[in-house]
Amino acid sequence: MKTLMLGNEAVARGLYEAGCSFVSSYPGTPSTEITECVAKYDEVYAEWAPNEKVALEAAFGASVRGKRSFCAMKHVGLNVAADPLFTISYTGVNAGLIIGVADDAGMHSSQNEQDSRHYARAAKIPMLEPSDSAEALAFAKLAYELSEQFDTAVLMKMCTRVSHSQSVVETGERVVPEQKKYEKDPAKYIMMPVNAKRRHPVVEERTKALTAWAETAEINRIEPGQEKSLGIITSSTCYQYVKEAFGDTYPVLKLGMIWPMPKQKIKDFAATVDKLVVVEELDGFIETHCRNLGLSVSGKELFTEIGELSQDVVKEKLGQAVQTGETLSEEIPARPPVMCAGCPHRSLFYVLKKLNLTVLGDIGCYTLGAVAPLNAIDTTICMGASVSGLHGFVKAGDEECAGKTVAVIGDSTFIHSGVTGLINIAYNESNSTVIILDNSITGMTGHQQNPTTGYNLKGDPCTKIDLESLCHAVGIKRVKVVDPYDMETCQTVIKEELAAKEPSVIISRRPCALLKYVKHPGPICSDPEKCKGCKACMNIGCPAISMVDGKAVIDETLCVGCGVCEQLCKFGALGAGK
Amino acid sequence: METKNIMIVGVGGQGTLLASKLLGRLLLTKGFDVKVSEVHGMSQRGGSVVTYVRWGDRVCSPIIDKGQADCILSFELLEAARYTEYLKPGGRIIVNSQQINPMPVIAGAAVYPEKLVEKLSALNANVDAFDALSLAEEAGSSKAVNLVLMGRLAKHFDFTDEEWMDAIEQSVPPKFLEMNKKAFEAGKSA
Repeated sequence: MKTLMLGNEAVARGLYEAGCSFVSSYPGTPSTEITECVAKYDEVYAEWAPNEKVALEAAFGASVRGKRSFCAMKHVGLNVAADPLFTISYTGVNAGLIIGVADDAGMHSSQNEQDSRHYARAAKIPMLEPSDSAEALAFAKLAYELSEQFDTAVLMKMCTRVSHSQSVVETGERVVPEQKKYEKDPAKYIMMPVNAKRRHPVVEERTKALTAWAETAEINRIEPGQEKSLGIITSSTCYQYVKEAFGDTYPVLKLGMIWPMPKQKIKDFAATVDKLVVVEELDGFIETHCRNLGLSVSGKELFTEIGELSQDVVKEKLGQAVQTGETLSEEIPARPPVMCAGCPHRSLFYVLKKLNLTVLGDIGCYTLGAVAPLNAIDTTICMGASVSGLHGFVKAGDEECAGKTVAVIGDSTFIHSGVTGLINIAYNESNSTVIILDNSITGMTGHQQNPTTGYNLKGDPCTKIDLESLCHAVGIKRVKVVDPYDMETCQTVIKEELAAKEPSVIISRRPCALLKYVKHPGPICSDPEKCKGCKACMNIGCPAISMVDGKAVIDETLCVGCGVCEQLCKFGALGAGK
Repeated sequence: METKNIMIVGVGGQGTLLASKLLGRLLLTKGFDVKVSEVHGMSQRGGSVVTYVRWGDRVCSPIIDKGQADCILSFELLEAARYTEYLKPGGRIIVNSQQINPMPVIAGAAVYPEKLVEKLSALNANVDAFDALSLAEEAGSSKAVNLVLMGRLAKHFDFTDEEWMDAIEQSVPPKFLEMNKKAFEAGKSA
């Protein structure tokens, strides 16, 4: 049946049809929907793991036990899973194992735009790269065949435009291969030096065998063109830009497997054209390979390493005119993302700003606490870095510094990799104050369950990790819980914990305002007679409040009635609605 | 046929994704090759959002470049103004005249431009501006702005009512089906 599917949904379908039986992932834009979609198939066991390293190790365990398995993550998640990745390269697999990784060129929702293809080469693991949803489905099935044929995990590289574009796929039936037997094999699975030394040559031989496969593989295909003045090597979404720009004008070598790449096929292709150009996003990965083959090639001298390409970028850089439309002459104000109306993070950040604290931030919706008018965050690096960074910051500072600095981290991010930093705070005794912004969900990626919510990926009730007990258990004696909507209490507790001469954790607990089960009291009313136009309510950056003719006005379609603005108004102009 | 391009733009949370899914489904049943490109994650938090819908005999790229859109379907006035350079000369702009202040305007750092409908109309474009929010509220919910706009868009397609209704049924939860159908009709007949 022909149907429209997101690239991520198509990967999930491919996994399903290939008989994948075990999935463990950590959410991350733009990879999240692969796991959400595959979880809808009852035949597939699927779970959210606490982080990507755990997910990959779990998927590896399932593979060794004999079931086709999978894990997904965003590009930066692969950094977290890099440790098992490099050694799984040595062990190989039992049943097929695919690792999905989704890059985010253009940083639509990421803290960097690293190019994951480097991991394939560095870890010596083959990587497939689909260019649309139909390929995403087909490549998922092919990846299992390759995984089992060559005894290796296979990386499946997605990008925002493939993951989050819908295109046409044809679905097939699910075929589950017989579960493989698990047999104890220390030489293959125990990677201590004596065994790993024997496995490394196996890895090198495997890369040679995969290179030979790449020479004739159908997914590395040459598409003939009418003009030989130019030949283009490309892959992923860039292939689509090239075809959109030039149709069948120039010959194209489309690489479906980006590592290892063929050698002779590329040389042969180069010999048929006058000039060789590589079109690829981010780094010159294919280009470097071509240069290593001694070929004369253009790539990054034309195309930027920064951000996304498009059909017009391809046209323009290869000497063709592009058009543009009209713009209005005046300035169009930007519309940056903001915390939602009723977001429990907003009021907490307001208190932090009011107390003029240094705030080490983390990855989640609450990173938006960094922007105006709150401007309440000092650093954001990666998952968990707020807590571990705070320890170093406080140790490097004096007593006053400890009393003026906090870390903020969400519930899911804390479980992901904040808890290890907290253990360091307790163990090495820094006078740190960590605030866990517990909104009872993984918010930024679109409401995924996590170990603190009491529900699993399939939506069933499950063990709920108790944050207070966890903090106590790692050695933090001072653990306080506050409601972020109650700003006065928040301020008092934060001051107390900063003054205390030992580590403390404050759990700022209030579910995400967008969760369906959260009941709201209804919009706040503004009284124009009482409003003096002092704009105190504007300091929280709520999208539901604006000033119209010098008076605060509430947008009733947005306001949920959290009452935070009411606490800021000294004149009683804002109050509970009808 | 030449590939057709529609950009659906708006403010995160307005329901642009559902509109693009609905349109994609409908175009597929008509036998076209279709690509729909969405934006998820950070950009959705009340930020400016863009979805591309492309269809034809063979569609390669999932995205639309400047000067390429046959139509910009805008859920909000300022967002229509933001993306005019993506419109083909003489292309169509269908815009909900509702104004949603972005944070820089709320915070007083920028001003929401005045008379945008007039300024849009001065461009080489076919501008259809109307109050989709009021029509949605009349149909039962401010959240149905997306279906009102779909109805307005439907005036420019020669698809049958059954085909649209099938696509709507597949795209919205049964609970809200009647309300959404009403919103669609309101947009179409307005």
